[in-house]
Amino acid sequence: MAPFIRIQNISKKYGKLLAVDNVSFNLEKGELFSLLGPSGCGKTTLLRILAGFEITTEGYVEIDGQDMVDVDPADRPVNIMFQNYALFPHMSVSNNIGYGLKRASLPDNEIKSRVSELLELVHLNGMGERKPSTLSGGQRQRVALARALARRPKLLLLDEPLAALDKKLRSETQFELCKIQEQLGTTFVVVTHDQEEAMTLSTRIGVMNNGKLVQVGTPNEIYEQPQTTFVADFVGEISFIEVTVKEQKGPYWLMQGAVPIHVSTGAKLRINQKVNLALRPEKISLTSKSTGKINEFPVKVIDWAFYGAGTQYRVVGPGGINLKLYESHNIPSKSNARQPETGFINFSPDSIIILER
Amino acid sequence: MRRDVPLLIKALGIAGFGILYIPVMIMIIYSFNSSKLVAVWAGFSTKWYKELWTDDILLTALYKSLLIGVSSATISTVFGLLIAIAFVRFSVFKGRLILSLVASAPLVMPEAVTGLSMLLLFIAMEISFGWPSGRGVDTIMIAHATFGMCFAAVVIQTRLRDMDKYLEEAARDLGGRQPFVFLSITLPLILPSIIAAWLLSFTLSFDDLVIASFVSGPGSSTLPIVIFSKIRLGVSPEINAIATLMILTISILVLFGSILVLKREDKK
Repeated sequence: MAPFIRIQNISKKYGKLLAVDNVSFNLEKGELFSLLGPSGCGKTTLLRILAGFEITTEGYVEIDGQDMVDVDPADRPVNIMFQNYALFPHMSVSNNIGYGLKRASLPDNEIKSRVSELLELVHLNGMGERKPSTLSGGQRQRVALARALARRPKLLLLDEPLAALDKKLRSETQFELCKIQEQLGTTFVVVTHDQEEAMTLSTRIGVMNNGKLVQVGTPNEIYEQPQTTFVADFVGEISFIEVTVKEQKGPYWLMQGAVPIHVSTGAKLRINQKVNLALRPEKISLTSKSTGKINEFPVKVIDWAFYGAGTQYRVVGPGGINLKLYESHNIPSKSNARQPETGFINFSPDSIIILER
Repeated sequence: MRRDVPLLIKALGIAGFGILYIPVMIMIIYSFNSSKLVAVWAGFSTKWYKELWTDDILLTALYKSLLIGVSSATISTVFGLLIAIAFVRFSVFKGRLILSLVASAPLVMPEAVTGLSMLLLFIAMEISFGWPSGRGVDTIMIAHATFGMCFAAVVIQTRLRDMDKYLEEAARDLGGRQPFVFLSITLPLILPSIIAAWLLSFTLSFDDLVIASFVSGPGSSTLPIVIFSKIRLGVSPEINAIATLMILTISILVLFGSILVLKREDKK
């Protein structure tokens, strides 16, 4: 079966600048896909291509078997929720939501019932007559969502949907957004630079850098098995150790760097290959005394930060290797507890990510 | 806590407004003077206003000024709007630089130059095409529309540039097409600037003397031309009366415009 949405070899040039560079991916119906990347990576351009506001230099988009190349934004089964919401300031909430329905020449009573249905969906009952300027940021966001959903698009595009909200509201809205998406089964593509947002929202994430789609995978895959140093570094906290592959020893590969490190991996490695080892902070344990475990070495704690749920440490090991590690507070932390100045760290051989250098 | 404004600034403010408005006040007061001598106060009277209604020359000139003002302001606003849209909505097009120069030159051009060049154009056109035959209301209208357009373009451009361009995209995304998107989204949002542009062009046309003197013909004298020619024969209190009426008209228009703009801002 053909995929629901097919994005094939999309490129977009602005003069000499290649904003989107040969991007291809498919979406299944009902997916919540995030395009994640730093600002200027081309993710918004890609979103605007899907909406039809930008004409591609190369490649094509197919939605539900229909080629989108020559289809005007007004006719695409695609709607977009803008980052600044772009609510029509001179119209009431109801008229904002109903704008697209009126364009579809629906009879008045149908528009009315659809608008109240949508107001219900986004919990804005009774707000229909208000002007957008009288609403709070969160309410405006929901009006924008309702307006974008009004025409029952096959694909809904969301440009940084939560960026304008404060932190507390953001996590609430996140759940709300997921709930609505599941309830309606609409395919969502979310553009975001916030990796946490991408992780919690999406079924799959596409990480972009310099116009290229560098990795596509589930949040878990992106976090635990990043394929490039860029992805590893962009998504979550991570520390890198430069090493050379020395030999295969039993179930492990022995890596030679500032310290010898044992790695268990299914990856094909060559002797003397230079690689980067990447370690997530929570995979490293800090102990005050040596435990005799594999991959253990002494460190000096140079800095620490209390996060409530845990504490993050920055430590320096032999040969000046810098590592970040994170300890969650399984038992209540004491305010007067002295932070260790030296200690030992260890990590399991299978928690190490190997990246090409 | 209330902070006192320094005395010097207060004095400067009062002096500034005084210089602007004291002459106007004097003129308004003297329009109710019963004496024929402009500088001698001889008691309150509204006879000059009554006399205005019987002065056919002034009334005809007023009618022509209004006709020219309304029509040239309307033409100016339409073309100004088109220029503004071209500049703000289309970042790259052939001749953009030339258009921007051409559209702003009349703002800084001495009026005498504009008037003279218009006159030469009209004469050349008459010789080549036989139109316009002589100078009259139509030539003044065209001349006023030409320079009013540039002012209108500037006023509308500012507002259009401030407008969130994603609003139009959102409307398109929701199935809107042109010209519907323009009529339902853009126009209501820039309406205050369009009204302001119309009022500005009207005012510029209504009080223009220099350009009108160049391109007017026999029987097409506008109000400023008539007033000016009357003054050359000596200032009559009648002039004060008509000037007072002009101030009243323009004040009402400006007030109306400001209220409209403020109301819109409120809603925003």
